[in-house]
Amino acid sequence: MTNNTQNGFFKLTKFEFTAIAIIMISPLLFSWSMYFQGLLIIVMLWIILGLSWNLMAGYTGQVSFGHAAFFGIGAYAAALPYFHWRISPWWGLITGPIVAVAFGYFLGKLVFKLKGPYFALGTLASGEILRIIFGEEELITNGHNGIFYMTTWTSKLPYFYIAAALAIFSILIIRKIIQSKLGFYFLSIREDQDAAEALGIDTVKYKNLSLAISAAMAGVAGAFYMIYMGFIDPEVVFALHNISIITILVGIIGGVGTIWGPAVGAIVMIFIQELFRSSLFGLGPEWLSRLHSLVFGALVVLIILYMAGGIVGDWPIIANKIKSWKNKTEGQS
Amino acid sequence: METFLQTLASGILIGGLYAIIGIGMTLIMGVLNIINLAHGQILMISMYITWVLWHYFGIDPYMSIFITIPTVFLIAEGISKYFLHPLIDKDSILPENQVLMTVGIGMVIMELARTIFTSDFKSISPTTTLRGEKIDIPGYLQNSIHIANISISIPLLIAFSISIFLTLGLFLFLTKTDKGRSVRATAQDKGAAALMGISTAKITILTYGIGSALDAAAGSLLLPIYYLYPDVGPIFTVKAFVITILGGLGSTVGAIFGGLILGLAETFGATYISMGYKDAVGLIIFLLVLVFFPGGLKRFTKV
Repeated sequence: MTNNTQNGFFKLTKFEFTAIAIIMISPLLFSWSMYFQGLLIIVMLWIILGLSWNLMAGYTGQVSFGHAAFFGIGAYAAALPYFHWRISPWWGLITGPIVAVAFGYFLGKLVFKLKGPYFALGTLASGEILRIIFGEEELITNGHNGIFYMTTWTSKLPYFYIAAALAIFSILIIRKIIQSKLGFYFLSIREDQDAAEALGIDTVKYKNLSLAISAAMAGVAGAFYMIYMGFIDPEVVFALHNISIITILVGIIGGVGTIWGPAVGAIVMIFIQELFRSSLFGLGPEWLSRLHSLVFGALVVLIILYMAGGIVGDWPIIANKIKSWKNKTEGQS
Repeated sequence: METFLQTLASGILIGGLYAIIGIGMTLIMGVLNIINLAHGQILMISMYITWVLWHYFGIDPYMSIFITIPTVFLIAEGISKYFLHPLIDKDSILPENQVLMTVGIGMVIMELARTIFTSDFKSISPTTTLRGEKIDIPGYLQNSIHIANISISIPLLIAFSISIFLTLGLFLFLTKTDKGRSVRATAQDKGAAALMGISTAKITILTYGIGSALDAAAGSLLLPIYYLYPDVGPIFTVKAFVITILGGLGSTVGAIFGGLILGLAETFGATYISMGYKDAVGLIIFLLVLVFFPGGLKRFTKV
């Protein structure tokens, strides 16, 4: 994982190849259950969103609390042409990122003047403002009634492979960016913005670029959400907690500033939530199902306290601990 | 004209209540240097305590302030001591680690409330039964007084008065006592405060408690005029940081005016624009202030 600094776009390490192979086979393993296939699609969506946030926050140091803004704009870019002119939402996969980037450009003009906590609050407010506006302007957006669309296929498999392709493509793009000069510019901005500027890096330009890529990815995720779910309303796609905050938590759990972090975070989050929602897959008592978000929240608190780098970021430490623990138990027996 | 005066009156009253939420946030902001994104959830704890005290023990919501303030103070001290403070020396990629921690804590509090009380909407019910005995809610909670043609609801008026009282108390604490002066010193310059012999670690933890205690008071005062459900927290977190930015980070006087402005903006927005845009008005003012008028009202008040 570490010695791949000069890899080409499609050249994969062994680890990455296995990961992608597992992703490709996984829905077939669960072919008996639409429910599990649905979960896998949601995991892919969260991977894209997590990656998108991670590029901006983890690599460029601009912690966004309003990623729902891009997600929702992408979703509405797919939904509104359908609502008004019956144009297929599938076009949203192209228009979604474009509109999200355009919005990101104007948002960037406003919020990149701000630093640290101000930036976080600025992005948070922008997402909330969009949520309220999209809810109120009923003539344009159909307000809280939302927009409904008959999904193209009843089977989940095609959706899964499209989502997986988007997710893998996003991972490859991020990897490429991070290994290129651009990635180092981003990192330098994260580490010390003033120093980066002093070295002649146009920080405003690169922050905008980071925002644009991030917005495009979130926009794609939003458009795909519309296509897959067939229903959106502002409270769902612009949700402060369920989208913006969970995106951040996915990034933190997996590992901020790591390529595979968001993927791991998304899998862990969905796994834990579903494990508890189904009361340990029907084995545990019923009341466990009410704890699903609580356990996830507690995990986040513990990870921030004890594993600041997240699962992927602190993997060397975790691996060491497991090793020494194994040695200990072997020595005792 | 009547509508205008009516709106003005309720705007100011609700603004007074917002002000103490904002002051709590701004205190924490000034000393800990973080945005406390669990602020609304802490307020929610207090609302639930107040609700339980009324529903099961028949205690007047305003009397329960004497219980919610110390309880929430202790809870917040615990959060600050065991969850926020250890992060100061931790290495992490993002400097916002403590802020992210408050997000996690907020989520845990919210979900705990959902687990215990379910997602149902709750509010102060007109009657409650205590050991088979029916207790009616104190009459003043449902009445309003009329001055000319303006009606002012009594719960709001009481909330406003208690808020002013608490604010004055806080100012006395901050200006006249040793602890209060240490809090202000730590907010101004942590390093210098430490050199003067102030245990900044202790003050930091204490400040989080005090800020949350003010929040708790606001929670008890809010319950009679608001409804309660586990997702109520984020609404007030957003309001609190809007006030904080309006007033200028760390400025207590600014937060008072910030609270009043937000209260007025919301009520005028609801009356003259539309009810649905009520919450957007505050946020839009917030973004404008943030971008075009950084520093907020602190520029004028200087404290």
